[in-house]
Amino acid sequence: MTDLIVNGQSRTVHVDARKTLADTLREDLGLTGTHLGCEHGACGACTVLVDGAAVRSCLMFAVQAARHEVTTVEGLSCDGLTAVQRAFQEEHGLQCGFCTPGFVVSVTAFLRDNPEPTDDELREGLSGNLCRCTGYQGIVNAARRAAGS
Amino acid sequence: MTATAGRFVGQSVRRKEDPRLLTGRGRYIDDIAGPGMLQATFVRSGVARGRIAALDVSAAAALPGVAAVFTAAELSGGLGRMWQTMMGRDAPMPPLHVLADGDVRFVGDPVAVVLAESRYLAEDAAELVELDIEPLPPVLDVDDESGELVHPELGTNITDVIPPAENPGVTAAFTSAAHVVEETFHQHRYLCVPMETRGLVARWDAGQLTIWASTQSPHEVRAICSRVLGVPEHRIRVVMGDVGGGFGQKMFPMREELVIVLAARRIGRPVKWIEDRNENLLAAGHAREERMTVRFAFADDATITAAAAEQVENVGAYPFPGNGSTAQAGAMMFPGPYRTPHMSYAARAVHTNTCGRCAYRGPWLMETVAREQLMDLAARQLAMDPLELRRRNVITKADQPFTNAAGITYDLISPGDTLEQAAELIGYDEFRRTQARALDEGRYLGIGLGLYVEPSQSHGPLGSEGATVRIEPDGRVALVMGTASHGQSLETTMSQVVAEHLGSDLGDITFVQGDTAFVPYGAGTGGSRSAVVSAGAARAAALTLRERVLRVAAAALEADPADLDVRDSAVHVRGVPTQSVTFAQVAELAYFGHGTLPEDTPFGLEVTERFKAPPFTFSNACHACTVEVDPITGQVTILRYVVSEDCGVMINPMVVEGQIAGGVVQGIGGALYEHMVYDADGNPLTATFLDYLLPTAAEVPVLEYGHLETPSALPGGAKGMGEGGAIASPPAIANAINDALAPLGAYLNRQPFTPPRIVAAIEAASR
Repeated sequence: MTDLIVNGQSRTVHVDARKTLADTLREDLGLTGTHLGCEHGACGACTVLVDGAAVRSCLMFAVQAARHEVTTVEGLSCDGLTAVQRAFQEEHGLQCGFCTPGFVVSVTAFLRDNPEPTDDELREGLSGNLCRCTGYQGIVNAARRAAGS
Repeated sequence: MTATAGRFVGQSVRRKEDPRLLTGRGRYIDDIAGPGMLQATFVRSGVARGRIAALDVSAAAALPGVAAVFTAAELSGGLGRMWQTMMGRDAPMPPLHVLADGDVRFVGDPVAVVLAESRYLAEDAAELVELDIEPLPPVLDVDDESGELVHPELGTNITDVIPPAENPGVTAAFTSAAHVVEETFHQHRYLCVPMETRGLVARWDAGQLTIWASTQSPHEVRAICSRVLGVPEHRIRVVMGDVGGGFGQKMFPMREELVIVLAARRIGRPVKWIEDRNENLLAAGHAREERMTVRFAFADDATITAAAAEQVENVGAYPFPGNGSTAQAGAMMFPGPYRTPHMSYAARAVHTNTCGRCAYRGPWLMETVAREQLMDLAARQLAMDPLELRRRNVITKADQPFTNAAGITYDLISPGDTLEQAAELIGYDEFRRTQARALDEGRYLGIGLGLYVEPSQSHGPLGSEGATVRIEPDGRVALVMGTASHGQSLETTMSQVVAEHLGSDLGDITFVQGDTAFVPYGAGTGGSRSAVVSAGAARAAALTLRERVLRVAAAALEADPADLDVRDSAVHVRGVPTQSVTFAQVAELAYFGHGTLPEDTPFGLEVTERFKAPPFTFSNACHACTVEVDPITGQVTILRYVVSEDCGVMINPMVVEGQIAGGVVQGIGGALYEHMVYDADGNPLTATFLDYLLPTAAEVPVLEYGHLETPSALPGGAKGMGEGGAIASPPAIANAINDALAPLGAYLNRQPFTPPRIVAAIEAASR
């Protein structure tokens, strides 16, 4: 039995020690917004916040998150879109949407820690997430827009 | 805004898809769960070619939590032929072995499928499958002359030949040419890599098959399953939710999808499969690997008098569609944007013991990749600027209608105009001065162009699409289409088209796609055809429904339909805004109060139209990029990247730029970073993202766009453009790199242009 705190709620799951946090969120808690793009920590689609830090949930076991605060894309806002999400919509920062939750979570954490990034810092901060649809143009513009807001 | 922007069409409307996707409420294949659902995983060959000496699944099947392990023995009996609709039933194809049957033909070849209560247990069981393969020498090289066969059933490794043909015009042109320029260009193997891997859920209920698919074409999934399984199409329902990219890889179901459907039937429980990234890189479908020898004949004034191409494609073991060859489309597009009086095109496609070739964004692109590089090489040999050489030869508006040497007629394209706009936007002449100053300082800058014409594919089965537009009793609008939008924003753009032509509020439209149970038949989303064919259907249906609305409203308002305007989901008498009825009121009359309407009023407010497009519509663009090459490290930095494009009337400019950007970055990835590599035994060396390098936001330039608008002849004036970004970017980058290296005498004709290769080319030139 593993006690997690997910999106502000206490959740108890019964999972093997080897089950990843990503799979646990998706299968045991029905939070399918966190996506799996590579399962080896390269693409960032599985990014969640653990105690506020952006983490690859595919590289973490659920048991490691016991009693820590996990925030998924679903938990970023109660209703409506956050400033980061609105910026992505304004700047066409998504097409198929599969990489999007990972980007939104990553950018949320990045801008919280780096509120006024230079362009190079911004791109470096985005370089841990892969996208195949947008060519990153809309994503960079969205992050810049969110930084300015 | 464009010159012909309407209230909705031509506007960069923000997407309806976004709220659910941004908040993690998209529905992708792996998000589907259900009672009794089993998880599947495949056991795959680790050997490129060999005889299966032993295959023992008993230990795997006995593992607690495992429902079954199936092999070819259980699943391959009684299957019909697999063929793809757009290729036709007689197209050459590899033999169908849903699972490897007695032998394996590439590393990654699926040999068995494990069904278990969880993916973790399935993978545990997969490790217990005893698979003993006696290796045989693999065929890896398209020039292999060992006599070994990838598919013994075919009796040859060579499939689909456009044989060299005697062409007196070509021969004469080369004989009398003032200049002949020849080069062989090599394009490497690189991959679609959608962020969502392939996957499928299959469930049988009393002979009715329901499939949830990560697909670009639900109807094609249905058609192929029907053909192979012998189940009538009306007993197969395919549902597509959100799909995380495809780029051609998901245009057709392949062997694994069929295995899941067959396994679900045999086990009598729903089965879900989602491949992992390693499998996607190994086995999902590879692309691009080919070479092309190009010869151009030039007259004294540098005009092209003939062009000849010889192409050899490596199509792997199980290519699709058909035999994976793109030569037919390549031959058609090879003359491209230039006036080329004579051409010849010969091609062969060769099977190898590698992963089979799939479609990938502009699959035929080698004609542009090779041609555009040849133009730059020719310019250098003719001591001309590559821009000037293109100016001498480009098809202008005055030349059209222009029938090229392949028999294709171009009308309403603007390659000459995009060439000029791209040159202006990138500051071509100023760059040449900057380049010269940089060279004085020991820095190597280069500029490269890529000019091309892109077909919007609407021939044969791709030629028509349908749309149903319906006003519900509450006055809101349902738009139901056979599209399979998976990033192309069709939920938004097709709604824009309907709002424009029906007169409804944009927010009142609900877009429905992707369920074969109730959408019109569709050929899928791909081939740069949605803005032509799908939008054509949406427009036609909206216009017909508008007429119905006017008839009912005219009765309600006691007016002549010709005196009525429709706007914001309401109908009013022109000039008298107070005399109006809402769509809701019109719907109430049409559905409930129809007894009060004149006898000849058509019933209901639901219209289905199919739109048929001509076989091809053409768009065009010119890419221009500048780079700096570090001669010590071989690193390439893209300084600027400009695209001047003309896709006719844009439905949504923001969406158009997004499609260009995605394609360009895939081309940048292919040119500089991505490379699927096999070793000498046919083992893939780049089967994770640690080795197969994808560009990130830190590697890509800011893209700059120029838009020209030459409307097509079709109603609405749109053209397709989704693939072009990926077609012209590799040659534009190649040309820029070679332009930068020219002072060093170094030249590369082989992609990818990695630092070690650039350094090697420089060193070779200095010896």
